[in-house]
Amino acid sequence: MIGDYTYSEFFSILAMQGFAGLILFSVFVLMALGLAIIFGQMGVINMAHGEFMILGAYVTYLCSTLVTTYLPAFFPYYFFLAMALAFVASFSLGVLVEWVLIRHLYRRPLDTLLATWGLSLVLQQFYRSVFGAREVGVTLPDWMMGSVSVSETIEVPLNGLFVMALTMIIALGVYFIMYRSSWGKRVRAVVQNRVMAGAVGINTKMVDRMTFGLGCGIAGIAGSAFTMIGSTGPTAGQLYIVDTFLVVVFGGAGSLIGTIASAFTISQAQSTMEFFLSGSMAKVLTLLTVVGILMLRPQGLFSLNIRR
Amino acid sequence: MSDETPSSSMNISRRSLLAGAASIPLLAAFNSVASAQGLPTAVVNTTGLAVTDTTVKVGILHSVTGTMAISETGSVQAEKLAIEQINATGGILGRKIEVIQEDGGSDWPTFAEKAKKLLVEDKVASVFGCWTSASRKAVLPVFEQYNGMLYYPTFYEGLEESPNVIYTGQEATQQILAGIDWVVKEKGAKSFYLLGSDYIWPRTSNKIARKHIEKKGLEVVGEEYYPLGHTQFNSVINKIKLKKPDVIYAIIVGGSNVAFYKQLKAAGIDMTKEKPLLLTISVTEDEILGIGGENMVGAYASMKYFQSLPNDNNKAFVAAFKKMWGDNIVIGDVTQAAYLGPWLWKAAVEKAGSFDIDKVRTASPGIELTTAPEGYVKIHENHHLWSKTRIGHARADGQYDLVYETKDLMEPNPFPEGYQ
Repeated sequence: MIGDYTYSEFFSILAMQGFAGLILFSVFVLMALGLAIIFGQMGVINMAHGEFMILGAYVTYLCSTLVTTYLPAFFPYYFFLAMALAFVASFSLGVLVEWVLIRHLYRRPLDTLLATWGLSLVLQQFYRSVFGAREVGVTLPDWMMGSVSVSETIEVPLNGLFVMALTMIIALGVYFIMYRSSWGKRVRAVVQNRVMAGAVGINTKMVDRMTFGLGCGIAGIAGSAFTMIGSTGPTAGQLYIVDTFLVVVFGGAGSLIGTIASAFTISQAQSTMEFFLSGSMAKVLTLLTVVGILMLRPQGLFSLNIRR
Repeated sequence: MSDETPSSSMNISRRSLLAGAASIPLLAAFNSVASAQGLPTAVVNTTGLAVTDTTVKVGILHSVTGTMAISETGSVQAEKLAIEQINATGGILGRKIEVIQEDGGSDWPTFAEKAKKLLVEDKVASVFGCWTSASRKAVLPVFEQYNGMLYYPTFYEGLEESPNVIYTGQEATQQILAGIDWVVKEKGAKSFYLLGSDYIWPRTSNKIARKHIEKKGLEVVGEEYYPLGHTQFNSVINKIKLKKPDVIYAIIVGGSNVAFYKQLKAAGIDMTKEKPLLLTISVTEDEILGIGGENMVGAYASMKYFQSLPNDNNKAFVAAFKKMWGDNIVIGDVTQAAYLGPWLWKAAVEKAGSFDIDKVRTASPGIELTTAPEGYVKIHENHHLWSKTRIGHARADGQYDLVYETKDLMEPNPFPEGYQ
């Protein structure tokens, strides 16, 4: 006996809590990847990140409604289409925003913060006007809800597995784009030395625009996936933004590996503490730990040595 | 942002009474003549409120922008419907109600500011508004200082009794005790897991629930709070699975609700099997719209009103509500409580024969409403309502089936001894 639990119970707690931690980890990585690309590679603080996620969620909602009405036979698979469309929508909006707003503010990081915060308010009101102030319910195909029983006491939620798989695919995709493609090479060149990159013939403006679009597009996919586990409403993006910044800043801006490491640390710490303490206390302790570590190491867990 | 809608309200009442359209001006003229003779403004209004021979101004103060707009929109709609209907039947003391609507913007200081504007500048005869306890606490000093009258619709934690507020929703003991009694008696529940969002209402409510459960000699196996807006409930769901309570008692609000119920379902807890059974006091039909009926089916809710109540008052109310605001709309507990506000005020004014706040206050206790959608209600000395408590069983289409209602009206008791 350990505390009130028998050994077999304790073992299944460990297994299920470990899994809960992994799901939280995937969720954090998915949330933070887009922001990490934009913040890390471009130095733009995108306060509207949550609203780009919710755009993805609303696209998913529209898809589910349209498919139920016009193509009910396709319903079990519509989610994949919805994710693709969510990417396209958020990517396009991201490119547009970069062109209209962000490109004028590159040398003024604090102004991008203010401008994107304004943008987030505009988008929230836009969602409220178009979709209404109430939350909308996204209907999911049956195969995505429910769980797999591994043993009598251990059950694994399917949507958690789905989010984990999706995160893995996207993280690998980002890795290949950033570190194995010629376009990624150009992005990194621009980050390291913008003037020199321009001098060797890289279209730095286009690189900026596509990078911003990519970050927003990934946010869109994340938002689409989160309709499985969270709410879809005009202000739902605000629920994610704090955690997202926490992960990116803790991991060290500019380092994708750092983002992943930080997501892992924070999620495991939080889910372990949530089990032994109450929810609010776990959150307080997690935040305190992060604040403490950032005081000792302001650049975050990992940081790139680059000449600015 | 001020939105005075006397003309639009006239239009809607005309539209809804197509056949008798011609007779309305006559009727109104007759009424105002009668009132001007029988009840001159100088008599019914001695304190300088915005009352003329033909009109009386009231305020509606809710958030129509910001995060609370989700919840408060229904209350605004219900209050406007009630005022419409009162105007269509001749108004109050022969005077038509004119609405001045202000937006609290989900921001508590704004609520206080707008309340002051309504009372000091507009001199409204009463205000229907507020939703969260935080907004009510913010406007309370204003209403007490300038002697206004607020009709507050939300079920809330109690621990308050102001001469300037009529509470048309249930206070915590009304909502909680009967629900727990029912689940113990009918479902044989022995152990409970209490869960809530981390702020005053869930915490106070769970405190009352815990005391009541322990008084019965039953067990609370866990009690936990999560920050507002929390979206990851896997850990607590694991704990629930392990502790195997008979009842999950959930008071989660806002966007967290959606996350919690979706994850509960995904984790393989099928609420229709009632192992464990889920009892909530925070999920009305409004919230189910966001959660999705398929994720909520099988849960029980304990509150005073469900849209599906089978009585005639309610059928007429639901039909009128849908006619005014659209067929797709759903009506939750708070929306119905908001609808009571204008009617209770009308009854109090007519009993007092005056719009004066002090006279309305004195007249209020004992006011009955037999036409309420929830059935009969009556104002208690402590400004809360006597009302029945009901248990609903969630269906897949997002509505509740009524499975139980208390035989008698529950007495409101905002300061319950032995529970705090």
